[in-house]
Amino acid sequence: MTEIAVDFPKNFKKALGDGQLRRNLRAAMDTLGLRRRTLFSDPELFEQLRARGDAIRQRALRQLPELLERLEQKCTENGIQVHWAETPADANAVFLEIIQRHHATRVIKGKSMVSEEVHLNHFLHERGIEALETDLGEYIIQLEHETPSHIIVPAIHKNRDQIAKLFHEKIPNTPYTEVVEELNAIARQVLREKFFAGEIGVSGVNFAVAETGTLCLVENEGNGRMCTTAPPVHIAIMGIEKVVERLEDVPPLLRLLTGSATGQLITTYFNMISSPRKPGEKDGPKEVHLILLDNGRSKIWADPELRHTLKCIRCGTCLNHCPVYTRLGGHAYGYVYPGPIGSILTPQIEGLKNAGAMATASTFCGACEEVCPVKIPITDILRRLRTESYDKDETPNSVKEHGYKSNATENMTWKGWAFSNATPWINAVSAKLLGLVGPQLPKLPAVGIVKQWSQSRALPSFATKSLHVLAKEKGIADE
Amino acid sequence: MSDARANILARLRAAARPVVGDTEPDAPPVPELSQADKIAQLKQRMETMHAEVIVTDRRQWLATLKEVLRKRQLNGLLYGPQTAVGAALAADWDSDLPPLVGYEQSVEDCKERLFSIDAGITSTQGGLADVGALILWPTADEPRLMSLAPPLHIAVLEADKIHESLASAMRRERWAEGMPTNALLISGPSKTADIELVLTFGVHGPKELVVLVLDG
Repeated sequence: MTEIAVDFPKNFKKALGDGQLRRNLRAAMDTLGLRRRTLFSDPELFEQLRARGDAIRQRALRQLPELLERLEQKCTENGIQVHWAETPADANAVFLEIIQRHHATRVIKGKSMVSEEVHLNHFLHERGIEALETDLGEYIIQLEHETPSHIIVPAIHKNRDQIAKLFHEKIPNTPYTEVVEELNAIARQVLREKFFAGEIGVSGVNFAVAETGTLCLVENEGNGRMCTTAPPVHIAIMGIEKVVERLEDVPPLLRLLTGSATGQLITTYFNMISSPRKPGEKDGPKEVHLILLDNGRSKIWADPELRHTLKCIRCGTCLNHCPVYTRLGGHAYGYVYPGPIGSILTPQIEGLKNAGAMATASTFCGACEEVCPVKIPITDILRRLRTESYDKDETPNSVKEHGYKSNATENMTWKGWAFSNATPWINAVSAKLLGLVGPQLPKLPAVGIVKQWSQSRALPSFATKSLHVLAKEKGIADE
Repeated sequence: MSDARANILARLRAAARPVVGDTEPDAPPVPELSQADKIAQLKQRMETMHAEVIVTDRRQWLATLKEVLRKRQLNGLLYGPQTAVGAALAADWDSDLPPLVGYEQSVEDCKERLFSIDAGITSTQGGLADVGALILWPTADEPRLMSLAPPLHIAVLEADKIHESLASAMRRERWAEGMPTNALLISGPSKTADIELVLTFGVHGPKELVVLVLDG
């Protein structure tokens, strides 16, 4: 991912001040939330379903190394070529090798967050290979040289006027139109020629079934099917956590995914790929490749608490329900995965120094956990990341760059606080002092840290008498 | 890349794993339905997703198909001559209907035709009542692009092959024992909501899906 530290306060301020962005987002997030609630209208059934989903994902993760080997074995038997990649660079090297071996220049892509994670498009572009996004939302943002602002609806930050202008300016001979159907037809026209001519198709994977060596893809537009059917070569990339044990594990997860993402009972297409074209078959790729990407996941997996991060099925519903995301959109977070899931996943992959601030972009309201279809304890993990940001003690499972916020002043303050609370006479004196000084604080000029803190908060009012004193006065024994 | 494999697996193997029981909560049950109810549910669900679902007597289906075709201006109908559906078409075709075009060569030799023909007809492996979807297992005789490249996809579904749910279809037909090259669920014409969440039909796949449910 990006190596530059992200300036969160600046990004946040910019996003919050963008009225157009906030209107676009608000409308979309409310609609997605409503659709989801309509589909999962029975809370008992939903609880039952997500308990099932959670159990399936936990079972899969528990056996992760075995399932990956089994997936590799089944895929290989089926004729799918499996590649392992520890880092984004490894994964990109595999892509490049296959593309160059076929002397290909026309790569067509279905939507894949993992391909964003490894910055595949940028990597190929630098080597003179154009990778064209074919999902409508991805196509729109690629024209604008942007990254997705949402896991499921990547161009949701844009409205039709902005897209109309973009198409008119960037696609030759395109009249200006704000009619959504016409915009869609323009994209269809352009991309149909690309599907026809594509030499390499790239896709992600929603679930990979170890039992049968099957790659499952969920989509509505048909571009995913095009990318995995029309070109002679298909390369799929997935994070190692995407494997499930059995084929029968798929139906509950599929329902949870489509219902949580867009409130759909099922998408238009559910595409299950188990092999390349067999002898006698007339279409489908002659070569299918699967890239298994680690990129920090095996480290996350080693920690029993953090491991829950890997249960995620990328439905994006935590974004739609997050009071922070719904006001900022995805770009302000500065990384590929935004919102609550991004805020727990990204710091673990990228390290706390650059991405740790994402864990502070939360109100701890817990809405994300309430809607999560696989019950990821998002707030616990956020709290863990915040704690680790200050914790210098090294353990085998410490998050990368833990303790980066640790500083002498704060450490001293907390040590002092702990000491004063453990020493009754100091506690009594300091409580009394605060009782005297505290009420005067709001009258003092707000400077430095107090100014920063009180910008959006009211200062608490101090009681003139501490609880200890009050209790004593009432004759209650408090020791 | 073999190093990558060894390193990833070694890291995963090094970590401690929790010991847990074998009991897992079940998914909510899907009620069993009569065939009539399964047809009704599939029809209602698929129509919500803008598919046109026509329930027809199995002895009348060809006449129903011809009506569907006569209502439209089509430059041809892509079909699989070696399938049961294909044989029925070839045996009784009328000159005022769009010409039948067989998918008989590899895609490399007929790509242009596949991407310019107006309609394709396929059989189906079955249907799903609970979500309203077709199951397709494309074959050498009925390849994958037939249900994807033409703007109109017509699917023939035998009513007794409609299952309550995906889970029951997988169980009853023992999918886990052998998956085809490609298996598909299709719930309607292709669609998108990527611009302002406005639902628009007809993106990269078919713009129209017509399902003929053969009953009786």
